[in-house]
Amino acid sequence: MADLTLQGKIIIPGTARGRALVGNEPLSFWGGYDWKTGEIIDRRHMLSGAIAKEKILAVPFTRGSSTTTAVLLEAIRAKTAPAGIITTDTDFFFALASVVAEELYTSPLPLVSLSVDDFAKLETDDEIQITNTGKVLITR
Amino acid sequence: MTLTLSSKDHEMLRGEFGPATKMAMSIVARMAEVSGAGELLHISGAHIDSTVYIGEAGLEFAERLASLGAKVCVPTTLNVSGLDEHHWQEWAVPSDWARQAHRQMIAYQSMGTIPTWTCAPYQTEMRPSFGQQIAWGESNAIVFANSVLGARTERYPDLFDICCAITGRVPAIGLHLTENRRGQLLFHLVDIPEQLQRSDDFHPVLGNLIGKAALDKVPVIEGMSVIPDEDQLKAFGAAAASSGGVALFHMIGITPEAPTLEEAFHGNVPTESINIGMEELRASRRELTHTDSSQLHMVVLGSPHFSLAEFRRLAPMLAGKRKHPDVEFLVTSSRAMTQLARKAGFLDPLEAFGAKITVDTCILTSPMLPAEIRNLMTNSAKFAYYTPGLLGRKIAFGSLKDCINSAVAGEIIRDETLWQT
Repeated sequence: MADLTLQGKIIIPGTARGRALVGNEPLSFWGGYDWKTGEIIDRRHMLSGAIAKEKILAVPFTRGSSTTTAVLLEAIRAKTAPAGIITTDTDFFFALASVVAEELYTSPLPLVSLSVDDFAKLETDDEIQITNTGKVLITR
Repeated sequence: MTLTLSSKDHEMLRGEFGPATKMAMSIVARMAEVSGAGELLHISGAHIDSTVYIGEAGLEFAERLASLGAKVCVPTTLNVSGLDEHHWQEWAVPSDWARQAHRQMIAYQSMGTIPTWTCAPYQTEMRPSFGQQIAWGESNAIVFANSVLGARTERYPDLFDICCAITGRVPAIGLHLTENRRGQLLFHLVDIPEQLQRSDDFHPVLGNLIGKAALDKVPVIEGMSVIPDEDQLKAFGAAAASSGGVALFHMIGITPEAPTLEEAFHGNVPTESINIGMEELRASRRELTHTDSSQLHMVVLGSPHFSLAEFRRLAPMLAGKRKHPDVEFLVTSSRAMTQLARKAGFLDPLEAFGAKITVDTCILTSPMLPAEIRNLMTNSAKFAYYTPGLLGRKIAFGSLKDCINSAVAGEIIRDETLWQT
């Protein structure tokens, strides 16, 4: 039984489950995500040093480089990507990586967005489940 | 909003223009749906950032399109690749990595593109014009095209840019549409000495600060009393597109969509304005340096790629000087700008100084640096921003003059005069 259920908007449908890794500042994957290990490597970012592989990564949106999509696609192929990503709005860069991953490897990455208020309720290490109806179930 | 496609869009989706166009259109249409577009728009130019070699997946994507016979249908320039195609052996690039990166270059070249291999396509003859709808990748190129030229592109990621170039279509979203180009956040410069505003290290520092504060909003900058040149606007935009997600900025009285404050905000009055004074600028400048030591192994200029005007400026500053033997001095640029600079005689003083020039690539996208090069210095905020994460190396930020003086001295030295007032 979840401690908290939030209704998200489905960006890319799918189900995912994992521990939350929550950063309330945007992240560029280029220079920010090591696709060989899944480590957050932007040394100025609050999540620097954390491993996002197989977690539910929650960041409001992407910043900076247009190479973010390519890095996330490599991570999906290398199986070092987050299990799912939660944002505060439709993030084109994440969504595209998921769409191309579906085209190339038939393995899309589930993406949902939450309102800014609901996003603020997420905490690192929450046990999170994303459902195929866009619900975010939180157990803590 | 429901997406309505034209009859030609449907023909592309059905495969009537071949399998590559079908794949590209299925990605364009899917992303148009995801982003809530009502329709697709025609474009008349594209710039492809997907050329940057990251790994196997990006290469598989490129070669899939190429093997399906993909051809672009609008004039399309190419961003940097992972290699200086003809000189990579002079650096530490592993040969198996080079082979993969080169395959990616060949795949994108096979699609009827123009092999410019530059992150500054606005320096080429393919520079877009005011109001032109385009699909550009590469964050610094996007912000320059939108802000300085008044062309219209959304902030497109790698892999999508090529799909737009193949289909000639983009989702009708974001900065393609007039209503989304209005300013959203006002920044007001307060008591910034003109002497500092003329200095080349002012613009990257300001860009870093505004990018961080504006994130994905459209910032408007008021109070610039010295009109920046094109390279200063390039440095500003590249910085703001690194520390934030800025894809369009307006500078009152300077950029084409902002002759007045009112026009920049499309008739709306901004509710608040953020003041920027010397204190904020000093903090932003400090942030760009990620080292405590004065040790220096290499100076890197040309992020984004050095322009002809920058070569012209640099040449006399190096005349009669020689870099310290323990320090490398690297300028990255495009083949086109380098050839023009050579014809103009600007490269002779560089070579006499001991500088090296690399084309086609960027040290952020190529594993070219030998391990012993650990401490870098640059005049680019973009480069300073990404170096710790991407290259795992120490970085110091300084003006062009600081960079030259440091290369001569063999250690990091910076003139603080302009920053102390």
